[in-house]
Amino acid sequence: MAFKGIIEVDTQRCKGCSVCVANCPTHSIRLSSKVNGKGYNYAEMVGDACIGCSNCAVVCPDSVITVYRVKVQ
Amino acid sequence: MNIEDIRKPENIVYRKPALLTDNIMHYCPGCSHGTVHKIVAEVIGEMGIQEKTIGICPVGCSVFAYNYIDIDWQEAAHGRAPALATATKRLCPDKYVFTYQGDGDLASIGTAEIIHACSRGENIVVIFINNGIYGMTGGQMAPTTLLGMKTSTTPYGRDAKLNGFPLKITEMLAALDGTAYITRQSVHTAPAARKAKNAIRKAFEYSDRNIGLSFVEIVSTCNSGWKLSPVAANKWMEENMFKEYPLGDIKDVLK
Repeated sequence: MAFKGIIEVDTQRCKGCSVCVANCPTHSIRLSSKVNGKGYNYAEMVGDACIGCSNCAVVCPDSVITVYRVKVQ
Repeated sequence: MNIEDIRKPENIVYRKPALLTDNIMHYCPGCSHGTVHKIVAEVIGEMGIQEKTIGICPVGCSVFAYNYIDIDWQEAAHGRAPALATATKRLCPDKYVFTYQGDGDLASIGTAEIIHACSRGENIVVIFINNGIYGMTGGQMAPTTLLGMKTSTTPYGRDAKLNGFPLKITEMLAALDGTAYITRQSVHTAPAARKAKNAIRKAFEYSDRNIGLSFVEIVSTCNSGWKLSPVAANKWMEENMFKEYPLGDIKDVLK
């Protein structure tokens, strides 16, 4: 059984601390080169390796990440 | 399977807890306070005790905690949160009462209050955020600062002869008969944060059983005060803080 996930980042609330980047087991998050209204480089999903494990969202201090997950055959 | 097929409400496995308000937290990027606030909001939401919970705010960075979690709060004078929690719990014994305090608040100016609240065995929960520094006022030395650690008032590192030794207040409180559950956790990785959540949930459950005070220490970072990036601060904490403050349960009267 494999899982596929995506994350959705509330870019205006993200402070770009990159704790999520360090906690992602599949290296599916990076800091964007763009900045939000406060001038922070916000987090974004990269590639399609995300398995929806929620590690990024659990450690996010500002609770900006929503995780979606589906089973794939 | 494309992204739009996955992004459906029924596939959500993790989202911001409903009890957290939409206010943007004033904490620095990467601050452990945000993660602990989220965990507390999750625990209160999952236990369904929003209407029965009263939090006591400290003085320190987390003084504005009442802006972020949608429950009843009171604001205590510096260090006096356990005294206010004692009064609140005794007047409203059916409520869940918890204090949320930093190390400058609990381990320094509030040492007398926390020791006597523990000694009296008040049925409250104390959440203690220990980052070894006074974060809000500019990174001065706290009682819990490690030996050799540089702060703005110990620029050459904490010296035991001049400044004394780090205060292990959690171990001290475990020696008191009034405490029921004493644990030390951290929130720097996802597994650690999940363990911390279980510990906080257990503490809230113990406080309802009238068996004594439950105390959860969270070893945290202050990346602004430590002058490190959030990720480097987490690594520094793993390498240095955990030696002085090892994680795990210290006391559990029901085990």
